[in-house]
Amino acid sequence: MKQVYALVDCNNFYASCEKLFRPDLRETPVVVLSNNDGCVVARSKEAKALGIKMGVPVHHITTEIHQYGIEVFSSNYTLYGDMSRRVMVTLESLAPRVDIYSIDEAFLDLTGIDRVVAFEDFGRQIKDIVYQNVGLPVCVGIAPTRTLAKLANYAAKKYRATGGVVDLTDAARQRRLLARVPVEEVWGVGRKLSAKLQALGIVTALQLADTDLATLRKRFSVVLERTARELNGVPCLPWDDAPPPKKQIMCSRSFGQPLQALSDLEEAVSHFANRATGKLRGGRQYAGELMVFVRTNPFRADVPQYSKSASVRLVSATQDSRVIVQQALTQLRSMYRAGYDYAKAGIMLSELVDETGLQRDMFDLSSANDGKGERSARLMAVMDEINRKSRATICMAREAGPAAYVMRREHLSPAYTTNWSQLPEVR
Amino acid sequence: MPCILLGDYASFSRLNIPLFLERVSAGFPSPAEDYVEKTLDLNELCIQHPASTFFVRVQGESMVEAGILPEDVLVVDRSLRAKHGDIIIASLESEMTVKQLHLTPPPVRLLPRNPAYQPMIIDADMVLEVFGVVTNVVRSLKRGVSS
Repeated sequence: MKQVYALVDCNNFYASCEKLFRPDLRETPVVVLSNNDGCVVARSKEAKALGIKMGVPVHHITTEIHQYGIEVFSSNYTLYGDMSRRVMVTLESLAPRVDIYSIDEAFLDLTGIDRVVAFEDFGRQIKDIVYQNVGLPVCVGIAPTRTLAKLANYAAKKYRATGGVVDLTDAARQRRLLARVPVEEVWGVGRKLSAKLQALGIVTALQLADTDLATLRKRFSVVLERTARELNGVPCLPWDDAPPPKKQIMCSRSFGQPLQALSDLEEAVSHFANRATGKLRGGRQYAGELMVFVRTNPFRADVPQYSKSASVRLVSATQDSRVIVQQALTQLRSMYRAGYDYAKAGIMLSELVDETGLQRDMFDLSSANDGKGERSARLMAVMDEINRKSRATICMAREAGPAAYVMRREHLSPAYTTNWSQLPEVR
Repeated sequence: MPCILLGDYASFSRLNIPLFLERVSAGFPSPAEDYVEKTLDLNELCIQHPASTFFVRVQGESMVEAGILPEDVLVVDRSLRAKHGDIIIASLESEMTVKQLHLTPPPVRLLPRNPAYQPMIIDADMVLEVFGVVTNVVRSLKRGVSS
């Protein structure tokens, strides 16, 4: 039977979550800010209509905020996570198979459903049921491949006459839409790639679909060739039964106040390194490489700028906080320059392997011979256990207390759905 | 007021069903064993659709005659279609409110259950959105207070 996918994507997800509990904001433009109240990461349709751009730093739009009465929210991930879970549970009750793709979108397997109900009608049912049961608006794109389902969803969002549902199972309809869509809107074609494609005269999605496959493979990659096949209705991206293990673990944060002293940065980087290593152990993985970066605020043209990263390959892959914190601090000290206002720092662990992929270093006798490896594992397990029971009780001595790096969240809404003391109030 | 005993309570938030994988091979089996069905879970009583259930807290006294008092927690099920006579949470223009929905005869009205409050008439140009249907009231009783 021919495979059919639906992509269900929440409209302006974060902004919609905020609005659900604030009927007074029904017609009000709403924006949600990134961690630390930095940039706009979500906009309600009213905010989009005002021309507020995605990713703009909030201090660039202070005039608009006052002029139009835009309501500003800090990211409330507790709320968004809970609402996302509700959407996904609802979708799972509607389709035999659901692949959660991100916090606000999921692929559904609709194969064979048209024997019972037309695809478009089923799409409308999905949309209506999610709104009725959870209170969030979604759009639905239906197509024989996931790449086309993404495009169908794009069309459902962009063209109001679709009513938020587009059935793109018909080949002629696929080509009509592809001709109208710029190539950079195709799933997996970023801005860089679309610039290269445009230089070759490939401007629309249809032109990409009609490009010779061997040429795409030779000049670009097998990935883009697959994308072109998918645009032609040939499924090349199978359901992933299990998500692939994490390739990197990142832990970084903008500072509420810029830092100047090396000792302050050391505290911050130790904290991030320890957090990242905790996540590493949570996924039963070992890191073979670590990267540390620091930078000043690029939006402040009036202060001297500095941005630097340094990475190091670890002699043997580890999940020991002590090793990673020590290595991270060595990197930090080597690239630290005095006289700058540091606005952000972070650490990335990569070359991750699980226990089966672990190779002991033949020259690192200590770990093999005196049982240090096992002792390290035991110490870390005890540390994780204590920290699980009461958060951040034990940390590396270089770390500041956990309070020093809490996010700035001045516009945080209540945890309406997850905290008894913050429930919505009714009169 | 007559009360009916429903069974043993369970102080767990999850549903706990005793599971007997094997028979005990030594000693006497407990004569009560065959009668163990399951422990009771309050969620079972109050929540039919977990993904669609929200809790709200009551402010004010507009629904006292319906047994809804200030500080009560209401269990709200969004997946239910509101019917005439249901107690609902309505998203009005400025706030969320708890009232009884009256559909007939027109116009649509939101009735308080307290004579000191006025009914709200929903005009054609008003935005009334039903946030959900109230299914249960959760109230903690104050101990040692005589009225």
